[in-house]
Amino acid sequence: MTREPERRGGAWSDQRGAGKASDRMSDRMSDRMRTRLGDLELPNPILTASGCGGTGRELAQFTDLSRLGAFVTTSVMAQPRAGRPTPRMVETPAGLLTAMGLPGPGIDTFLERDLPWLTEQGVRTIVSLAGNTVEEFGELARRLRGVPGVAAIEVNVACPNVEDRGRMFAWHPRASAAVVRAVRANSRVPVIAKLAPDVTDIVTIALACVDAGADALTLINTMVGMAIDTDTLRPALAGVSGGLSGPAVRPVAVRCVYQVHAALPTTPIIGVGGVATGLDALEFVLAGASAVAVGTTLFHDPSAGTRILRELEDALAARRLTLADAVGLAHKPAGYVPPQVRPEEPVPGETKENLP
Amino acid sequence: MSDTPVQTSATVLTVRQVGDYHALTAVAPGVAERFRPGQFVALAVGGEHTSRLVRRCLAVHEVKSDYGGTVEMVFAVREPGTRWLAGLRSRDRLDVVGPLGRPFRLPRDPVGCLLVGGGPGAAGLFALADTLRRRGCQVHFVLAGATSRQVFGSRMAQRIGDSATVVTEDGSLGEKATLREALPRVLEETGSDVVYGCGPTSLLRTVARIAADFGVPSQVSVEEFLQETGACGIGVCMTCVLPFHGDDGVTRMVRACAEGPVLRGDRVRWGDLGTIPFDALGAPRVLHVADRAREEAQ
Repeated sequence: MTREPERRGGAWSDQRGAGKASDRMSDRMSDRMRTRLGDLELPNPILTASGCGGTGRELAQFTDLSRLGAFVTTSVMAQPRAGRPTPRMVETPAGLLTAMGLPGPGIDTFLERDLPWLTEQGVRTIVSLAGNTVEEFGELARRLRGVPGVAAIEVNVACPNVEDRGRMFAWHPRASAAVVRAVRANSRVPVIAKLAPDVTDIVTIALACVDAGADALTLINTMVGMAIDTDTLRPALAGVSGGLSGPAVRPVAVRCVYQVHAALPTTPIIGVGGVATGLDALEFVLAGASAVAVGTTLFHDPSAGTRILRELEDALAARRLTLADAVGLAHKPAGYVPPQVRPEEPVPGETKENLP
Repeated sequence: MSDTPVQTSATVLTVRQVGDYHALTAVAPGVAERFRPGQFVALAVGGEHTSRLVRRCLAVHEVKSDYGGTVEMVFAVREPGTRWLAGLRSRDRLDVVGPLGRPFRLPRDPVGCLLVGGGPGAAGLFALADTLRRRGCQVHFVLAGATSRQVFGSRMAQRIGDSATVVTEDGSLGEKATLREALPRVLEETGSDVVYGCGPTSLLRTVARIAADFGVPSQVSVEEFLQETGACGIGVCMTCVLPFHGDDGVTRMVRACAEGPVLRGDRVRWGDLGTIPFDALGAPRVLHVADRAREEAQ
């Protein structure tokens, strides 16, 4: 699978990318798309969402993962886990309801089989961790310390806390903070906390996580939902309720990103939830996200990552913005003109989109 | 020729009704040239701005070299997605990912093969029959359905097969019998060395059991199971898992799309489908005594 790197935004990349032929990314992607998550610098803001990219090998058949900002793994747990019985998935309007039960091979197999492959492919990898207890999170982070190829750790706090009757860590600021603290204490790479949206006040949880040492936040995980099969007259999922994802949750996700960015303007946010096009990604960026992860859309369109990346770059070019300038722009008052707007006119015919 | 699947925008050639089912032919050269019998395609439904995110995984009936390469899928209209597919017209565009999954393993020697199909899934056997015949194998068919309208390809089976047996529950086509009654007899008469199956899960279970009784290897394509449970078709969503007994004696939850759809019939734990068997790798563990004591104390 070798595909010619697309020559997009020609004017920009010709001027800038020429210098560093050694860096594979820089001649493909203009500086327009660079972003930061704490200490982690990424050539572009498009990531895969945890649990939606498999081991990476499956998606690599359709898209070049090293061209994405980063690949976020499926949540890794201490032990191999079979997950829930089928049916695990039901299609809902513009969404997907899933009750997977965090299936995975466990950290041993992950470190032996999956991570080395991703590293070999030159994929920047953010490892998602999930644990049954706070100690387990800490132990998992310790296992990752010093392992080559781990760009950052994403803490999946939306998993059941065995010590709290199976209620999610993410539902309580103290429980979320305890998990983040345990991972932070055992890790030298940036720690990102992924929060669940169905809480009374997501800002409180976000503040607690940042106080506990989270370098960035991922917003949002799936929302709890339910569907009932009208033929069998029973819940459609074996797990009864499940997590809703896809474009159906996008407005909720954008709201969460906006609220948290307003409260914590210096904390980088990864926006997730129903991103299917470059303009969807831009919506998250304007709300305050420094990066955007593509999730359920990958099930529908395995090459969506690189397509959305291209579309987002076009959309930014059409608006004469760099990504860094666009982050949180929706928070500015009406009529505000971002100071960094480039003086150069876009080359005619370069941008696909015609702005009014 | 490459093993990697492709994602392509195919052009619909025809959609026609065949009994209770629909057959959709589309021009997709990249898929057609890579296809091996037993593989499937994953179709996006609902057009460009669809709100239906799940890909429909369908067995491929046949590939032809016309128009650079066409693929044909046969399916039953069961839900809005397949209804949309049935409503496509010539020259419509269709997003196809394929060919996906592991194909049928082929015998090294020219042996006798029994191909058992039911429902629209029977369509998945005809490309296999072609390949087997070219290798000098004998090909015998057994097709089963509730009524004559639910038996796909009986005439084609009679034409290309060394024998073809059709059984229907109501006797409207072929014999009035169930597969369980007919299969042992046909297996004995034809003296087949290997059994292939494609179609409904209940049929595959019968095929696997009877083949095992006769000491004959069986290869089954869990086409219907995949269609009902799969979301992506490429192995990332983890929704189409079933318990499978591995070479090392360990039961794992394997993906019907990536480790299948063709699996060894004797290795699938048919009775445990839709569950996580307690002895499967990573199954929820029984609470330890210490945990219980702690729970009681709380």
